[in-house]
Amino acid sequence: MSRIDRDISLTGGPPTTINATQKTATFIGLFGVFILVLAGFNVNFPNKLIWLTTSLVSISAGIILFAFGAYAHKQEGIKNDGVWFKSITNRGFLAWVLGIVFTGFYVVLYFFPQYLGLVKDGANTGVIALFDPLSSALSGNAASQWFVYGTLYTVAILVFGVKFIWKYKGNRYERLRTFSVMFFQLGFAFIIPELMARLNSDSFSLPYYDLKNIWPLNYYNFEQYRVDEFISAGNIGLALLIFGVASIFIITPILTYKYGKRWYCSWVCGCGGLAETAGDSFRHLSDKSSFAWKVERWVVHSVVVFVTVMTTAVIASYLGNEPSKYWLTKDVFLIGVATLLSVLFLLLWVFKRNELKKDAKIGAIAYLVIILSLIGMHYLNGSSLFIFQAESLRSFYGFLIGAIFSGVIGTGFYPIFGNRVWCRFGCPMAAILGMQQRFFSKFRITTNGGQCISCGNCSTYCEMGIDVKYYAQKGQNIVRSSCVGCGICSAVCPRGVLKLENGDDTGASRYQENPITFGNDGVKLNF
Amino acid sequence: MKHIAIIGNGISGVTAARHIRKLSKNRITLISAETEHFFSRTALMYVYMGHMKYEHIKPYEDSFWEKNQINLKFGRVNHVDVEHKKLLFENNESIAYDDLIIACGSKPNKFGWKGQDLAGVQGLYSWQDLELMEENTKNVNNAVIIGGGLIGIEMAEMLLSRGIGVTFLVRERGFWGNVLPSEEASLISKHIQSHHVDLRFESELEEVIPDENARVRAIKTKAGEEIECQFLGITAGVSPNIGFLENSAIATGRGVLINNFFETNQANVYAIGDCAEFHKHPTGRRNIEQVWYTGKIMGETVAQTICGKKTAYQPGVWFNSAKFFDIEYQTYGWVWPQTKENEAVFYWEHSNGRKSLKIVYDKSNYAILGVNVFGIRLRHKVVAQWIKQRTNIHYVIQHLNQANFDPEFYKQHWKEIEEQFTETNSAKNSITT
Repeated sequence: MSRIDRDISLTGGPPTTINATQKTATFIGLFGVFILVLAGFNVNFPNKLIWLTTSLVSISAGIILFAFGAYAHKQEGIKNDGVWFKSITNRGFLAWVLGIVFTGFYVVLYFFPQYLGLVKDGANTGVIALFDPLSSALSGNAASQWFVYGTLYTVAILVFGVKFIWKYKGNRYERLRTFSVMFFQLGFAFIIPELMARLNSDSFSLPYYDLKNIWPLNYYNFEQYRVDEFISAGNIGLALLIFGVASIFIITPILTYKYGKRWYCSWVCGCGGLAETAGDSFRHLSDKSSFAWKVERWVVHSVVVFVTVMTTAVIASYLGNEPSKYWLTKDVFLIGVATLLSVLFLLLWVFKRNELKKDAKIGAIAYLVIILSLIGMHYLNGSSLFIFQAESLRSFYGFLIGAIFSGVIGTGFYPIFGNRVWCRFGCPMAAILGMQQRFFSKFRITTNGGQCISCGNCSTYCEMGIDVKYYAQKGQNIVRSSCVGCGICSAVCPRGVLKLENGDDTGASRYQENPITFGNDGVKLNF
Repeated sequence: MKHIAIIGNGISGVTAARHIRKLSKNRITLISAETEHFFSRTALMYVYMGHMKYEHIKPYEDSFWEKNQINLKFGRVNHVDVEHKKLLFENNESIAYDDLIIACGSKPNKFGWKGQDLAGVQGLYSWQDLELMEENTKNVNNAVIIGGGLIGIEMAEMLLSRGIGVTFLVRERGFWGNVLPSEEASLISKHIQSHHVDLRFESELEEVIPDENARVRAIKTKAGEEIECQFLGITAGVSPNIGFLENSAIATGRGVLINNFFETNQANVYAIGDCAEFHKHPTGRRNIEQVWYTGKIMGETVAQTICGKKTAYQPGVWFNSAKFFDIEYQTYGWVWPQTKENEAVFYWEHSNGRKSLKIVYDKSNYAILGVNVFGIRLRHKVVAQWIKQRTNIHYVIQHLNQANFDPEFYKQHWKEIEEQFTETNSAKNSITT
């Protein structure tokens, strides 16, 4: 049965080679990478701005030209020929090389930035020094490893965004969505925070703030030093702090109710942006098994519990105990959190118990853990939760979730596990939006009557590992908390069966099953 | 508790099995000699093109069958002994049944051409055909396909994905001309040609010419032209794959003969899907229906009868869909290649030649009868409802946006279509008055 998978090498064989344009593009792109590598080996380029520009332009031009070679001569349509034959997209040798290189880069970036040339209290060397001129042009400061990373990240979203737009040239939903992530990455994640840093002086200082980076994805947003900085920065700072709180408690629920979590995950978010552009070639590698789904639900909701407890503990640790000094004391805060969560859970139980089904267990356990933690915080004095210091809880979260999960595994392993591992298994923001999407949203993917032919394209190309056809072949709407609304299932469906919708007609029909093929007038349902 | 044996694990047999399981605790055995598990036949092309692997085109996880207590039996049935209610297998095994559903599908048509059994000549229907095609297309530069239908177009797309040049012989004057009206046939023909397929109309196969290894070297057309090729795809339709019933007492014509309840001439033996032939189709369609969707509906319906609620086949408004390279196609109700006497036709085509909409309606009362649409997705529920209720074409034209199923932000053409309709109608009226 596996003969098809093996015999892939001869003439008249599948398209695994590249054309002349793509070969030229590979040369140009790798030339740019080579400059960065040389800089990494401490080659001290004389005119850094020129060499940095040369490098970034070559890399960008290489990628864009490669995409041009791949798609320019083709018509509007689906471009998945040979995906499972090519080494790079079928977990072959090239995929492993790329995965290991990326992973290595993340390890160095997070844990050994000195190898990239970061020098504390002195002039940078290596790759980071190459980025100094650009950084000082933007913010006035020397570059850090995060500036280097942010620049490369932005370049990746922009140029792979161009590639993506080319690949889906007939699809306006995909194109608009990609313009959107390119815009938010360039403007909100890259340029605005750097320019904001320019406003800082000895008497006025704002924390580095990517406005679209919402708690709990931005797990450090409410730490003491940031809150202090916000408050000391007067009205602007206070406005930003309020915006940070409003983002998760007001703006997010409203937008998710109207459009589903896609407004964030595949239109705005930086992690999503990279996954959708640079990671697009690996979307089919996500695990579709029901086992993987089970793991997903436990892991991602554990992260939500973890980040909630951690953040509460961190905030509680710097709040005072004297109501006379400031109304928001530690106890008021803890009771507030407990009340809010209880109300949310109660509402969910009362109004959505039918849809909860087997997830009830996860929910109950999560709730119990959080409440016990809150009680722990109340009774244990100072800044500790049981045996953990709030601050060490935070740094453990930062290490395990922020660095290892979202960076090393989430992005480093794109070519092995697919492009949305972090979003699916690790991102607490996605999980919270997911709960809203599932229980309090109009968004769903509808299926067109009985026209599914169970071909499997939708499931295969779902980056979140949703078995879309499981629902489509039953004529059932897809209402899944993990769906980021990328729209690719609808694009690759050869019979036009799937449509992302957030119009009216919600309520019961959102979850309705249609177990008999639409168009079967003979069978009356009575089961 | 009965034992229900189902021959064939395609969409019809599997749908029947699933619904029998939903309705009853009967023992179910699903038999196939093709693959151990159910796969989507319509997705075979994507495996060849590298969009998916075999594991992706299986609609259910392998654990599904055990969980739903549907026994899978991998083996070929050689003979049905209706007297003793027994199935005899190729390897001399046998199993007994209480009820039997025959859902054994089709095989590609071959019309007795000289050289049709040479190496490198094949149709495309089964998993084995796909494996054979993988072998047959190695080191091939040029291929010929005969038969301008849905499998032929899939085969052309498959071959092109491997860089193999395709010459496509079509008997009719336009592509799929026995189903599509001339405007649509021409739209699709142009699209096929834009993919560099050498499309030849009114051209038929005369004979296949072998090389010294008894492999296809060229073909000769009825017009006497010789076309060199190392692969010949035969996609001139399919017919019921019922050879194994020859010596049984089950009555067959071209397919297994059935009434409206899928009952054959033998008690407790039913037939559904591609292999079944109605004595007289309950709604006047063709007596053999070889479509994924009708297979599904038949499976659902026969399950009711077998579980004690005798139900006749009663499909609703006809629909079908396909994809021709990059252009999706949907059809609802009836749009005939030649307009019938009582019918009038409205046709709109986008200037890019990739989108079109045709509405056929009754001249006398303006009730719509059928819709053909290319490159636009329509909402099944809405269009089927319109046809069922014989909605007036004027209403339909004004409310087409309600039937839109294209993705968000897609350019919509309803206004343009409405304007064209108004224009042509007023022109017609001015001529007649």
